[in-house]
Amino acid sequence: MLNPGCDLDLDWVLSARANRSAIERRAAALSGRRTVKKEWQVAWLARAVQVIDLTTLAGDDTAGTVRRLAAKACSPVRRDILEAHGLPLDLHCGAVCVYHNLVAVAVEATGKSGVNVCAVSTGFPAGQIPHEQKLEQIHASVAAGAVEIDIVVSRALVLEGRWEQLYNEVRDFRAACGDAVHLKSILATGELATLCQVGRASRVCLCAGADFIKTSTGKEPVNATLPVALVMLRAIREHAERTGHLAGFKPAGGIRTAKESLSFLMLVKEELGAASCRPDRFRIGASSLLADLERQLEFHATGRYSAKHHHPMG
Amino acid sequence: MTDIRTISESLDYGPAPESDREARAWIEKLEGQAPLFINGEFLRPKGAPTFVTRNPATEEILTRVTQASVSDVDLAVSAASKAQTVWWSLGGEGRARYLYALSRGILKNSRLFATLETLDNGKPIRETRDIDVPLVARHFHHHAGWARLLSERAPHSKPWGVCGQVIPWNFPLLMLSWKIAPALAAGNTVVLKPAEWTSLTAILFAELCTQVGLPPGVVNIITGDGLTGAALVGHDDVNKVAFTGSTEVGRVIRKQIAGSGKGLTLELGGKSPFIVFDDADLDSAVEGIVDAIWFNQGQVCCAGSRLLVAESIADTMHAKLRARMERLRVGSPMDKAVDLGAMIEKDHLENVKALCESARAEGNECFQCDVALPDTGFWFPPTLFPNVSPASPIAQEEVFGPVLVSMTFRTPAEAIALANHTRYGLAASVWSQDIDTAIDVSRKLHAGTVWVNCTNLFDAASGFGGVRESGFGREGGLEGLHAYLRPADPWTSTSTGERLPKTGAVADSVEGELATATLDRTAKLYVGGKQARPDGGYSLDVKAPDGTVVDRVGRGNRKDIRNAVEAAHSAGKWGSTTAHLRSQILWYLAENLAPRADELAERIDAMTGCGSTLASTEVETAVDRLTYWASWADKHDGAVHQVPIRGLVLALHEPVGVVGVVCPERWPLLGLISLVAPLIAMGNTVVALPSESAPLAATDLYQVLETSDVPAGVVNLVTGRHTDLIPVLAEHDAVDMIWHAGSVEHTVQIETLSAGNLKRTWCPTEFDPRSARATREELLRHATRVKNLWLPHGV
Repeated sequence: MLNPGCDLDLDWVLSARANRSAIERRAAALSGRRTVKKEWQVAWLARAVQVIDLTTLAGDDTAGTVRRLAAKACSPVRRDILEAHGLPLDLHCGAVCVYHNLVAVAVEATGKSGVNVCAVSTGFPAGQIPHEQKLEQIHASVAAGAVEIDIVVSRALVLEGRWEQLYNEVRDFRAACGDAVHLKSILATGELATLCQVGRASRVCLCAGADFIKTSTGKEPVNATLPVALVMLRAIREHAERTGHLAGFKPAGGIRTAKESLSFLMLVKEELGAASCRPDRFRIGASSLLADLERQLEFHATGRYSAKHHHPMG
Repeated sequence: MTDIRTISESLDYGPAPESDREARAWIEKLEGQAPLFINGEFLRPKGAPTFVTRNPATEEILTRVTQASVSDVDLAVSAASKAQTVWWSLGGEGRARYLYALSRGILKNSRLFATLETLDNGKPIRETRDIDVPLVARHFHHHAGWARLLSERAPHSKPWGVCGQVIPWNFPLLMLSWKIAPALAAGNTVVLKPAEWTSLTAILFAELCTQVGLPPGVVNIITGDGLTGAALVGHDDVNKVAFTGSTEVGRVIRKQIAGSGKGLTLELGGKSPFIVFDDADLDSAVEGIVDAIWFNQGQVCCAGSRLLVAESIADTMHAKLRARMERLRVGSPMDKAVDLGAMIEKDHLENVKALCESARAEGNECFQCDVALPDTGFWFPPTLFPNVSPASPIAQEEVFGPVLVSMTFRTPAEAIALANHTRYGLAASVWSQDIDTAIDVSRKLHAGTVWVNCTNLFDAASGFGGVRESGFGREGGLEGLHAYLRPADPWTSTSTGERLPKTGAVADSVEGELATATLDRTAKLYVGGKQARPDGGYSLDVKAPDGTVVDRVGRGNRKDIRNAVEAAHSAGKWGSTTAHLRSQILWYLAENLAPRADELAERIDAMTGCGSTLASTEVETAVDRLTYWASWADKHDGAVHQVPIRGLVLALHEPVGVVGVVCPERWPLLGLISLVAPLIAMGNTVVALPSESAPLAATDLYQVLETSDVPAGVVNLVTGRHTDLIPVLAEHDAVDMIWHAGSVEHTVQIETLSAGNLKRTWCPTEFDPRSARATREELLRHATRVKNLWLPHGV
């Protein structure tokens, strides 16, 4: 279900509070408070695979590399490993995430696998292009078959406190996506400086109808961190309490290890509950994470530590 | 095999047990009985009774523990006593090396210490592994440094000698380190008694002591119950007693060793407020509450057990809190993913249950987590009483369990009033994103530690300890080190060979005995800035050594003391006025006293017969003392402690409050001024009993006080018989401290009666105001209490 959004409630937006030290303490303590072992760890690792938006956003992307990536997203884990754990053989990633030019290739390559195609849009990553062009990009990607659109917000609107304009901007993006396409709103938290601003921007995007709020483009100096995630998850929770709609969350950038991905999953489970850990409400934007997840899954199957080159390339 | 597909759907956590194999192997080696550790040897005295120690999570008996007898205590104390000379003579650097080795040794065996602690205590392995053991290592490391720097940073000091230390069961190893590390750094040796229910990590620590080659007798561990503890603290050769535990036992110890001359620090109970303002980061505050009351199953003396929430956000806050409670995990403490483990013992669990049941029976709404508790072991679910009235016992009594009570407030002033309306004063936590609110409120709270936007943070560099009935003394930092030191030099005058002033006497007045027929003038009492007639309507004759009546003074009684304490309380603003103003007023006092030097000297001579030279010197010295302490008024700075967080920890020197002062008999003016001046310089208000036999030097001061802008009630003087007045002052529940420089006989009485509200006492009965010691920072330490204000920051 898409986020219907709501009117912009500036009182709510501006009442966001975020105490950095306390938030960092909570984030740091979590890894000591929660852990999963053995079969439980396997199950959680498998879930991590399912929520990956397998991403390639490079200047030298070609149809060939995108096809390879799509194939990997459709069959992310070796069959023998899945069998060993009794996991479904059609286990696949959440989406492949590409630039607009490669959307059509990705759509074709993923076929009916269940892997969605996601396009980054609206002048990704900086968003420094005219608003109309941003809308055109969304239209074009939707027309090419993308079912998820990752937009970037204009950071200037956040930094200058122009909340109403930010709301209208995301509202327009939402409308441009139409009734069937998910909108993920990238806050580029590494460029927003304070956790309080992250909280406010999250609230504005949720009011404007973002289906997911997403931390980063992967291009900022600091990407997804647990403290930032905590602030965004709490905004999602309050939005759900106010409107009844529970939106999704996507940390992206810098998540490379299985352990890190489980930390994010646990944080989501602790703050929003297990239902928010499913692919319809949670994604991890990553490219190299999958390789580590595969190795851990193989370790659990064989008891031996695994090597990267034992797993097919994406 | 558990079905991975099913878990993959539910995303349950599943079990994550830490291995206790090494800890069990260690227990196995005890062969059924944990020994005592005396003089470097592990002893199992023949025929000694033993008692069991259990795993609270399963009720399984882990091993038996030796009940140390009185003769074992003797043995341990005598070993410590012999070892002390050796230990002290090692010097700071020598001791530092051992303390450093202990710190390293803790880290090298960290998992064994953590698992053994969890087995014996029932607290989650996360807490022993991530909090207790690292803090223990840090404590020894930090104090290795204090040993190294002792002579520079604590001059004029020496160790007490043998320390008798009794610690509780809630943080067995951590409390051991808080006791042993500073004691050893300062050059003392120790005999430590762990709590009956949790002795094992102390024995493991004893093994570490032998491994690092600590000289025999420096650390002795004796296990046993309260009788062993009583024998230890009461032992004649124990010079300093340190106790952490219940307020009730703290009182017993205070009385037991009253008048013994032993040093004493007590770290007792609490009912600490957790205050949330409407501009706080509420979600973070909720996590703070988890850390405040569901840390160690709430069995924490400084647990934030009283939630005070701004009315405007109370519903939101309670809703968030309930939702958070539903996610708490309670279960096997060896599981790496639980939030709460087991309660310590059946008796204690029953107490907690009974308190909650009676609170429910009173009609208080109660919310408990719906968690499945194991069948065996001692368990209690996280519990919230969301709307209690301050009058309810559950809102006042220390529960020492995972039980939170909540109340609302309307204004910051009301929050402060509710927070301070308790007999305790250990800690407080204040949540607000507004720096003005946070700091202003923090400074007005009665607590030894205030955490702003955080809670239950500890570090070796910061002192921890309470005010009021939460005890006295600090543990950690320089302020904690001082508890294990005493002044190296005695109270002797610098001007040796001088004849001590004689003293006169007082007698009940009978009409018509005055030697000279001057205009009748009977000195009254000085209470609340006014000269007040004594309530009883009696006077005393002040007699010179030759028996002639010099003059008359009012004979104060218990009601006069009551009024004086009342007046001293009303003048409480003195403590929050600027130090500059207090300094000015003290200078002004000196200025106004100086011109009356001759007159006062005559008075002193007349009462004491000390001769005019000594009398003049006394007045001159008194003037000098006033300017000395006036100079200190704005210079007894606090500190910024170097703790390992991003933030400031401010050690603030606060006035103690209302201090009763018993002045020495000799030096009727200088004695009074030397004690009262540092007290009021630091912002205390005072009820002083001037020299009983020579009170006129004090009564002559009334006009000086009046003309020097000393606010009403800051200094109150009650003349009369000390035997009448001292007990009233010593047992007064609204007096925060007694300075007693009077007779030795009264020390026992004062220290005994002080147990009522656990007021601090300082009883230098040999106090000589002419001594170099009378102008040392030592007095300022007695005149202040340290509040550690934790201010993490981050943008």
